[in-house]
Amino acid sequence: MSTNPALAMGLAVAFALGLGGCATQGEGPETVPPPAARPAVGTATPSFPATPQGERFADRPWDDPNSPLSRKLIYFDYDSSEIRQEFVPLLQTHAGYMAKHPQTRVTLEGHTDERGSREYNLALGDQRAQTVQRFMLAEGVQADQVATLSFGEEKPAAAGHGEGAWSQNRRVELAY
Amino acid sequence: MNRLILPLLTLLLTWVGQVQAQLTIEVTGGVEGAQPIAVVPFGAADGAIPPLDVGAVIAADLARSGRFKPMPTQDMLATPHAAAEVDLRDWRLLGMQHLVFGNVSPVSGGFTIDYGLLDVFSGDQLLGASRQTTGAGMRYTAHRIADAIYEKLTGQPGVFSTRIAYVTDQGTGGRVTLRVSDADGFGAQTIVSSNEPILSPAWSPDGQHLAYVSFENRRAAIYVQDIGSGRREPVASHPGINGSPAFSPDGRSLAMTLSKGGSPDIYVLDLTTRQLRQVTDHLGIDTEPAWSPDGASIVFTSNRGGSPQIYRVSSGGGPAERVTFENDYNAAAAFSPDGNSLALVTRVNGQFRIGLLKLGGAGPMRIMSSGTLDESPSFAPNGSMIIYATHHNGRGVLAATSVDGRVSQRLSQDSGEVREPAWSPLVR
Repeated sequence: MSTNPALAMGLAVAFALGLGGCATQGEGPETVPPPAARPAVGTATPSFPATPQGERFADRPWDDPNSPLSRKLIYFDYDSSEIRQEFVPLLQTHAGYMAKHPQTRVTLEGHTDERGSREYNLALGDQRAQTVQRFMLAEGVQADQVATLSFGEEKPAAAGHGEGAWSQNRRVELAY
Repeated sequence: MNRLILPLLTLLLTWVGQVQAQLTIEVTGGVEGAQPIAVVPFGAADGAIPPLDVGAVIAADLARSGRFKPMPTQDMLATPHAAAEVDLRDWRLLGMQHLVFGNVSPVSGGFTIDYGLLDVFSGDQLLGASRQTTGAGMRYTAHRIADAIYEKLTGQPGVFSTRIAYVTDQGTGGRVTLRVSDADGFGAQTIVSSNEPILSPAWSPDGQHLAYVSFENRRAAIYVQDIGSGRREPVASHPGINGSPAFSPDGRSLAMTLSKGGSPDIYVLDLTTRQLRQVTDHLGIDTEPAWSPDGASIVFTSNRGGSPQIYRVSSGGGPAERVTFENDYNAAAAFSPDGNSLALVTRVNGQFRIGLLKLGGAGPMRIMSSGTLDESPSFAPNGSMIIYATHHNGRGVLAATSVDGRVSQRLSQDSGEVREPAWSPLVR
């Protein structure tokens, strides 16, 4: 594992950026799914193979509040999956990083506000995530680096039944 | 003193626990103009105490429908348990139109319930029958008797013995649970529970299975579960969304939304051969398939025209035709059991409400609800009511309204949200 050249390069970049050593074991974003009440007959496979053990200690610039990569949320207009102009530079920053770090994996989580029907919102969240995915692929990210996952309106970031909450809930989260 | 209070407290806590798990139904409109009916408390053989007040269950069912106004039992002058014991003059004086009587007798392995329905003015006996049941099955049998009475008096099958599937949510970080309860809110049974979202329960036509979407593995998958045994299997876990399951009327196929092809489209899975067939193919969103009762066509929500609208396609595929033209948001359509109408989510003046649309261009859409975030309409299997999700005092509850607009009910839990109702089919 430690001979993985991409990993070695990632580590080198991390140290060059002064980011090495800040990650600690156990705070990775790969949360363990809760056990199901009644396990499925066939268990679902994760979207991506597990991260190589050593990489957990590697660079995680998106966890550094001073890095532009720490901004992992982009917001959408109502019933729209178009990327707003103001979020293009941020997505380019993420895509640029990922294109340079082909071992990096990200899941684009699409969300909507609570208005309208739940399944339409599940589809809308999927379209938002796929729009961001297409943008990143066009910026040089490899297809196997990006997965999409829509939660529709099921996981609001903000509670409440007004535009204040809704505007925060219409989002794609980049989950590295 | 303490020796008395502790068991009482335990009893009370047990009772409260049960109440929280069940739906409470309030009639919020419709008793005006309801038919007066007397449901006499059912008799029992000497010394045999039935496990259930059958007459009370029947009376509560009829009252909840909003079409009947059962007489309070304390106002009754007599309690006949057979047609021969009825003095029609008493009941005419009390203004009753109909009278229900009955008797519960223990037999080996269970009970026999004899019952009858009388027209108080003509004296005709409209119904007279006998049903075998068990202690555990007595509530269901009482609902079946209420169904028979309702059908005799209204000409429409009763739905008191049907069930309702719904999703409950205990709030942020709480568990999401898919439940099934009797149509009167009793007997709530947990189908599946998870810390991740569960949505879109759909009944099989035989009422034995539920399909639903669960994120329990941190991604969407569609499961089909046998309600009786709890056994289940995943039937769709493709990349992207796996949503909107809908059983075909013959129960052999499951329509669903998958985005594995790049955008959400409608597919039909043959549940026997596991062959998957794509029905729609569009760059925009196609979702929320609903089969026409004859299985020939599928309506679905699509934003291909710029805003979500309902379209119709042959279930074999082919070109889709637009169905809705009023309002700029129409989604989540459900067919009425006769196939002539759609209940759907529509936006009127910025409010999301339940609309009822007659197919074939007959008249404007009728607005059936008055909330701001109403969703998930589902028809009762006799077509008389539409159940949907709404908010009351800031909390997610269910509401049901009769298609004729006369009757409305609210179904809520003591705590947490209730949403995504799906009314079971009639199973005879």
